[in-house]
Amino acid sequence: MIEKRPLLTVLTHIFLILGVLMVALPIWITFVGSTHEAERMLQKPIPMWPGDQFLNNFNSTFFGAGSHGDSAPVWRMMLNSLVVALMIAGGKIAISIISAFAIVYFKFPFRMGFFWMIFITLMLPVEVRILPTFEVVANLGMIDSYWGLTIPLIASATATFMFRQVFLTIPDEMLESARIDGAGPMRFFWDILLPLSRTNIAAMFVILFIYGWNQYLWPLLITTDSDMTTIVMSIKQMLESAEQTPEWNIIMMTALLAMIPPIFVVVAMQKLFVQGLTETDK
Amino acid sequence: MLKRVHFPSSLLPYLLVAPQIIITLVFFMWPASQAIYQSFLIEDAFGLSTEFVWFENFEYLWNDKHYHAAFIRTGFFSLAVAFLSMSVALILAAYADRVIKGAMTYRTLLIWPYAVAPVLAGALWLFMFNPTIGIFPYLLKYIGYDWNHYLNGNQAMGLIIMAAAWKQVAYNFLFYLAAMQSIPKSIIEAAAIDGAGPMKRFWTLILPLVSPTTFFLLVINAVYAFFDTFGIVHAITQGGPAGSTTILVYKVFNDGFIGLDLGGSAAQSVILMILVIAMTAVQFGYFEKKVEY
Repeated sequence: MIEKRPLLTVLTHIFLILGVLMVALPIWITFVGSTHEAERMLQKPIPMWPGDQFLNNFNSTFFGAGSHGDSAPVWRMMLNSLVVALMIAGGKIAISIISAFAIVYFKFPFRMGFFWMIFITLMLPVEVRILPTFEVVANLGMIDSYWGLTIPLIASATATFMFRQVFLTIPDEMLESARIDGAGPMRFFWDILLPLSRTNIAAMFVILFIYGWNQYLWPLLITTDSDMTTIVMSIKQMLESAEQTPEWNIIMMTALLAMIPPIFVVVAMQKLFVQGLTETDK
Repeated sequence: MLKRVHFPSSLLPYLLVAPQIIITLVFFMWPASQAIYQSFLIEDAFGLSTEFVWFENFEYLWNDKHYHAAFIRTGFFSLAVAFLSMSVALILAAYADRVIKGAMTYRTLLIWPYAVAPVLAGALWLFMFNPTIGIFPYLLKYIGYDWNHYLNGNQAMGLIIMAAAWKQVAYNFLFYLAAMQSIPKSIIEAAAIDGAGPMKRFWTLILPLVSPTTFFLLVINAVYAFFDTFGIVHAITQGGPAGSTTILVYKVFNDGFIGLDLGGSAAQSVILMILVIAMTAVQFGYFEKKVEY
């Protein structure tokens, strides 16, 4: 702050608090919705203050078999989401870091060709190639499996770029001294490159975990078995059945459970998250 | 690009790039080429025969007034989302930049909508604006405004814009705050000594100095609104009422998976691919320039 203007400072805080309230309102309403009985959620106006049914709703949502008894319990969906998010984040990082290593530290024919091929995937988001990709996955028999949910999404141009950038900033002397000491390429990779890029890996992991957890269109197409649904895609099915018999308390509880893990990751690892965001978009 | 000191060629680098390249070929290159090939085909309604028709699918889209409308609608939607979320983020960042203590607390409280999946954001806003029980239609009735986005196309569009912008404010806020905090304090102090008040400094100094960030965010937000908002539309409106919220990505999905018009859907995919390539080129061109100074 440059000059002392007490009135402006007060105004600043008021505006910021209003901003926070505006951003938080939808989440607050979700939380409140998850603490009332189904009947209460059908009367106007809907409550703005929490009720006492939180644990009941939690139990029937987390362990129950869905609002119509035909879907998997939410714990199963959250487990699926967790497996998918971890596989996508881990897989993307693993294959990107080794291809960046090859491209930066080896001279071999078609090196640039491979680099451009990875680059082009940036321009082919899943939304523009859904039908043919779906056909490929169906032909490979990967429908309704964790492989089908994750592998088609784990090629990553952005992660490869980021690791390439990180490796380029590592001084050449590292490699020279490692070679004098007799280290081969894989030894150099494990003992020097991986430890040096630890924070970048962690930052990337935070971003990719959220990306994986929040996948929607792809799981929607690729799963038919209710045991394979992820929690994020289950919301849509609940909204559809809500048109006949709305159980908003259950829907809001599911929504709450679906967003707690990624929000927790963002808030708890804020520094890594911000680093990951600013790095991947460069 | 390549290190001055490097390992000699052997089988190893090929093994290292193999997983990424195989996935790229099988799940990216092949489907994309299939999309291009299918865009030249017309399949009959039962899938019994296909005919190679060159650019007929594209010609059809070129003359289709529904497609034109979807195109213009998507443009409007992206601009509205970008404008709304960026201006809110800019104002909040300008205020957060002013406070000495607590800027990081406000950051923590403002960033987490980024972590909410688009379809969940859609579900929350749908609940708040539900015509029968939602809190906002209830309040709006007091000022004599009738809200029903199931019937009113403009209200449906407004609702998906608000939900999409809400989710994106966090991202824009982070980048604006970082940009403002990297402006040298001496510049701001010099302006203050010359008698420029906070408002004047914002308009004549801060806003021009963060303009590279503004341009960057404009591209990012446009890409977001084009491709990442499928879940919001799918949850809230399903493209309705009467197609008034059918944006391009939703139309590809709808024509392909629901309407089973494979050729037409593939042709739309190809047009979207061209759009992504153009947007990516703009984004990278901008970064090349930024790196120089």
